[in-house]
Amino acid sequence: MGATANLIVFYSLAAFILAMSVMAVTTKRILRAATYLLFVLIGTGGLYLMLNYHFLAAVQLSVYAGGILILFIFAIFLTSLKGDTIEKFGSRSTVFALLTSLAGVSITAFVLIGTKFDYSLNPTVAGEHEINMKDIGFALMGTDKYQYLLPFEILSILLLACIIGGILIARKR
Amino acid sequence: MIPMEHYLVVSTLMFFIGVYGFITRRNILAILISLELMLNAVEINFAVFNRYLFPGSMEGMFFTLFGIAITAAETAISIAIIINVYRNIQCINVRSMNKLKN
Repeated sequence: MGATANLIVFYSLAAFILAMSVMAVTTKRILRAATYLLFVLIGTGGLYLMLNYHFLAAVQLSVYAGGILILFIFAIFLTSLKGDTIEKFGSRSTVFALLTSLAGVSITAFVLIGTKFDYSLNPTVAGEHEINMKDIGFALMGTDKYQYLLPFEILSILLLACIIGGILIARKR
Repeated sequence: MIPMEHYLVVSTLMFFIGVYGFITRRNILAILISLELMLNAVEINFAVFNRYLFPGSMEGMFFTLFGIAITAAETAISIAIIINVYRNIQCINVRSMNKLKN
């Protein structure tokens, strides 16, 4: 238990996430793509747990896996006709997309290799260090420096506008 | 202790898998799914940088939190738009959305 188990869990989680992401963008059936996206999101929740952000993992599972995926699946059911689910990819755009992604990956890898991150003195990475719920609550509801009442309220107005806009856009005329 | 770079490799690969899907897909819902992948990769990055480089503060965590909420709003609006498009042209393929062009 401990460090080795952590490593094993992390690498299997990473392999799972990457495999599911590849399946989500390459599968021809749209409902399967949504299901693979669900697995990716759950795996990301696992990564947050590995980073000891338990609150973030809970939010990830409830908002993404519970909310957004339901929206996706409803939209797929509402918009796909019977023979419509199978999708064709253009071969030219596939080559172009592969080139673009490879170029992006190589640029990012170049930067990543060239940068040295110094976190060896950081004591909270290895051990159990969970952020207290009370601290999160105070930081969300405070108005001082490094506290987030204003973004929180702006976000609530954004969600309200999103509800109204969604109803206005999607209703029957 | 897991090296920080390994998290960054995962999120980078996830982001560019999302880019690949964004370019190749023809169905708008599938494009939106690829977009979710990219947003998710960015949010992992926020949390990782906060945990490894600035463990005393919570800024990255709150960016991730707000990012998740904004993603939810964005998805709801895009799906409303997609349903409206479907109601108008009975198809959600990007190639068939050329009514405004002619």
